Amino acid sequence: MNTPLRRVSLVVMGLIVLLLGQATWVQVVKADEYKANPYNQRVLLDEYNRQRGQISAGGEVLASSVATDDRFKYLRTYANGPMYAPVTGYYSQVYGTSGIERSMDSVLNGSDDRLFVRRISDVVTGRSPAGGNVALTIDPKVQQAAYQAMVSRGYEGSVVAIRPQTGEILALVSVPSYDPNPLAAHDGATQRNAWNSLNPNSSDSPLINRATSETYPPGSTFKLVTTSTALEASMITPQTPVTAEPRITLPDSVTTLENYDGERCGPGPTVPFSTAFTKSCNGPFAQLADQVGADRLRAQAAAYGMENPNLTIPMPVAESSVGELGDGASLAQSGIGQRDVRLTPLQNAMITATIANGGIPMQPHAVGQIQGQDLSVVDTTEPDRLARAISGGTASTLTQLMIGSENGGTSGGKIPGVQLASKTGTAEWGASPKTNPPHTWYDVFGPVPDPQVAVSVIVERGGNRGDDATGSSVAGPVGRAVVAAALQQGGR
Amino acid sequence: MVRPAQASRAGRTTGGPGVNPAEMPADRTALRPVVAAAVSTRRGIELLLLAFAAVITTGALVLVEANQNQELTLTLLYLGLAYLALFAAAHVAVRRFAPYADPVILPCAALLNGLGLVMIHRIDLAKAANALARGNPVPDADALRQIAWLTLGLVLFVVVLWRVRDHRTLARYGYTAGFVGLVLLGLPAVLPSALSEVNGAKIWIRVGGVGIQPGEFAKILLTVFFASFLVAKRDLFTTAGKHVLGMTFPRPRDLAPLLIAWVVAMGVLVFESDLGTSLMFFGIVLSMIYVATERSSWVLIGLVIFGAGAFAAWTFVDRVQVRVAAWLDPLSDPASATYQVSQGLFGMATGGMLGTGLGAGRPDLVPLSSTDFIFTSMGEETGLIGLMALLLLYCLISTRALRTALAVRDTFGKLLAAGLGFTLAIQVFVVAGGVIGLIPNTGQAAPFMSYGGSSLVANYVLVALVLRVSDAARRPASDKSRPEPGAAPTPPRTPLAEAHTEMVSRSGAAGGAEVDTPPHGQPTPPRGRSRE
Repeated sequence: MNTPLRRVSLVVMGLIVLLLGQATWVQVVKADEYKANPYNQRVLLDEYNRQRGQISAGGEVLASSVATDDRFKYLRTYANGPMYAPVTGYYSQVYGTSGIERSMDSVLNGSDDRLFVRRISDVVTGRSPAGGNVALTIDPKVQQAAYQAMVSRGYEGSVVAIRPQTGEILALVSVPSYDPNPLAAHDGATQRNAWNSLNPNSSDSPLINRATSETYPPGSTFKLVTTSTALEASMITPQTPVTAEPRITLPDSVTTLENYDGERCGPGPTVPFSTAFTKSCNGPFAQLADQVGADRLRAQAAAYGMENPNLTIPMPVAESSVGELGDGASLAQSGIGQRDVRLTPLQNAMITATIANGGIPMQPHAVGQIQGQDLSVVDTTEPDRLARAISGGTASTLTQLMIGSENGGTSGGKIPGVQLASKTGTAEWGASPKTNPPHTWYDVFGPVPDPQVAVSVIVERGGNRGDDATGSSVAGPVGRAVVAAALQQGGR
Repeated sequence: MVRPAQASRAGRTTGGPGVNPAEMPADRTALRPVVAAAVSTRRGIELLLLAFAAVITTGALVLVEANQNQELTLTLLYLGLAYLALFAAAHVAVRRFAPYADPVILPCAALLNGLGLVMIHRIDLAKAANALARGNPVPDADALRQIAWLTLGLVLFVVVLWRVRDHRTLARYGYTAGFVGLVLLGLPAVLPSALSEVNGAKIWIRVGGVGIQPGEFAKILLTVFFASFLVAKRDLFTTAGKHVLGMTFPRPRDLAPLLIAWVVAMGVLVFESDLGTSLMFFGIVLSMIYVATERSSWVLIGLVIFGAGAFAAWTFVDRVQVRVAAWLDPLSDPASATYQVSQGLFGMATGGMLGTGLGAGRPDLVPLSSTDFIFTSMGEETGLIGLMALLLLYCLISTRALRTALAVRDTFGKLLAAGLGFTLAIQVFVVAGGVIGLIPNTGQAAPFMSYGGSSLVANYVLVALVLRVSDAARRPASDKSRPEPGAAPTPPRTPLAEAHTEMVSRSGAAGGAEVDTPPHGQPTPPRGRSRE
């Protein structure tokens, strides 16, 4: 019976080998996945005992960990919490993390590979291990101007400002905002009360980052994309005569589409396209969209960065899309930014910045530098040129059209001696689009000819003007205030 | 109690020369005939390895204290001294009662036990800190109670070595052991849940504040029973039936014992909701039948009917379904249903290859982190490397037991050692496999490591029995005749060396039907030979 004994020994060894294999699977192969699981509190608990890196912008510290004497050694604190919350996000023991706190977690907690050498030296020199710092591209002056412009008027919505030549995000505002400080409290009850007061399950919660996570119908600002498509296809010039009728019948249907307030675009039967652009008449753009066709419109939108579910800045950005373009009617409606077209404010700012940059989109980013514990630079984000979206000629034609639009507008806040180029939008939304106060948009860049900043503003539900709100009257002054703040900086 | 003073003195005096077993001086060889000295007792190696285990355990304890910012308290010093004294006493007992026993098994058990104690103490510290933070009273230290259980376990270890001077005497009590074992196995199933259910598994008997898991003792008793039963009824299992696919199958009518074992295993699975005990029990039966018969057809039949039964249990028993579902996708419901398993996996993953360091992790986040889930606690703090070392220690104990089975000359000894060795291996497989996600989790104690009295005490009895068999395997024939001091008065027997007809010596047999089996000599007969 020695042969079976030897075999049983082999079985025993086989069982142990199976266990070793499974242990390897759990602790090596699946380790990162399991470790990062949100239900794994260890990483967070461990982090509370280490100094997490700080988040700064333009030399201002936005988020830092300060030493405490309770059982977690460090408390996360936010200076100017609500203003920067859409960027920094929150860092909660109970509710997890968001924003930069989440996207740049590996740097902030010190586990990022780029900090590896420093970690080793920490061990050797006996320094207490600490996370790396994240320096943002956010310009505090611009962020403040944008935030104040929204809050002081009681607006809800979002402002995104981008430097066109680099893609650096200068401002990222979402209003209403929240204070991340109580969410980072070490006391569970404080965290819970703060969290519940923010209506976390509501679609209107302040926790939602309107700049990156919310998509809106772009309204007339989408005419920039429609016009780009037509210009690229050489189907139109600013002088091309287009219809001046106050309403047109949509292709393939009996539905009519009318201009804002049912106005005529001009006294005669036609007007030059530039006039239609300035007045933002709907009819010509609806017809234009029908002429260029669904494929070219969608391709142009994609060239501007839409239809991309994987955009990160490094926070993930919701996908902007032109939606279904089934029949002529929906195509025509999409051409004026209604129907199923949905854009994030960040995407709209990208389109504006691309035109400002002569047709080349730059990868938008909010992180400028990664720094070591001692603020030494570990990594710098280099500007990343994406594939050209429109030709330089198209860009300059669009710029001229947008200058006409800006100069034709009537609202206040103009900056003396600075030529801006803009496009407004007043977008209907929701189940009863005719009675809801519209979302108002303002896309602007300047100064021409050397644009330093591109801004997209959305004010939800007409701001304080109700049904009469237009992009020009509501969102316009906000946008111009942001540009003014950016230019005071002397453009870097 | 064994005399600790003498124990530690013995430890000191033989520590040095023990380095080279060939030069073992000694206190014992001097008493023996010269011929006995030719076979080394290897007790010096055992002592050296025990000292090594103590050094590792002490190092682990120091790491925990350093990482937890604790000061070395007097209590801890006493704990350490108790650990040293207990194993020194065990070593002296082995020297005295089983001088030729395997020198590796006891140190391996001591090391596992020591590291387990350190981990239990480490989780005590975490529980105390948590209680303080919440303003709750600090719970009693489990480590102190575990030391008490260890003391009891080693007392029984010594008693077994002392009272059982020849493992073959156990064969006489085969049916008694079988009956008691079966009662112990089945008792929790029939007791009301209030007395038998802890954390969903009905495998306890709780009286007052003390709970025992009778299954831990049942496994040893049943192994003794099977060994004696298989020796007595070997014919029943070796009679050839049909030849299919190159395998000789038993006659259907001879399947009854296996079917009874199957029914018991399924009963445990269904009524005690305990796949672990069920798998372990059936695995032991199957492995021992295989060793006794050399027929792989038994294994095939066993696996098929167990698989079918387990599948049926999965189909009809809700609890089993819940556990299987948690096994298939441990992260499916980490907030409640799979909380424990997923937390264990998170702990191990956080530990990674090298571990967080003893005392520097968060093993206390896993429920039952010092009992059923001690493997994940170890995996978290000592990493994959530490976990592998622990598993290899178990592998070492188990394979040493199987090696003992190879070396010993009587059938009963072979089956007993093999059964006990395999028991340990399959228990480790069931426990560790359950918590690291290889098989559905069951909820059993890791031998020697987990906090819990029954498992610890039972496993030291197991080790004592294996050491007893291995002592018989290596003891030179000439040493046999020398009466041991304090030996149980047994009638003179045939020396073991000449007894390799594999028949149990039934001098003064009390239990077990005598079957006149013809000598079954070495070398082993060709497979599939049927006896007319």
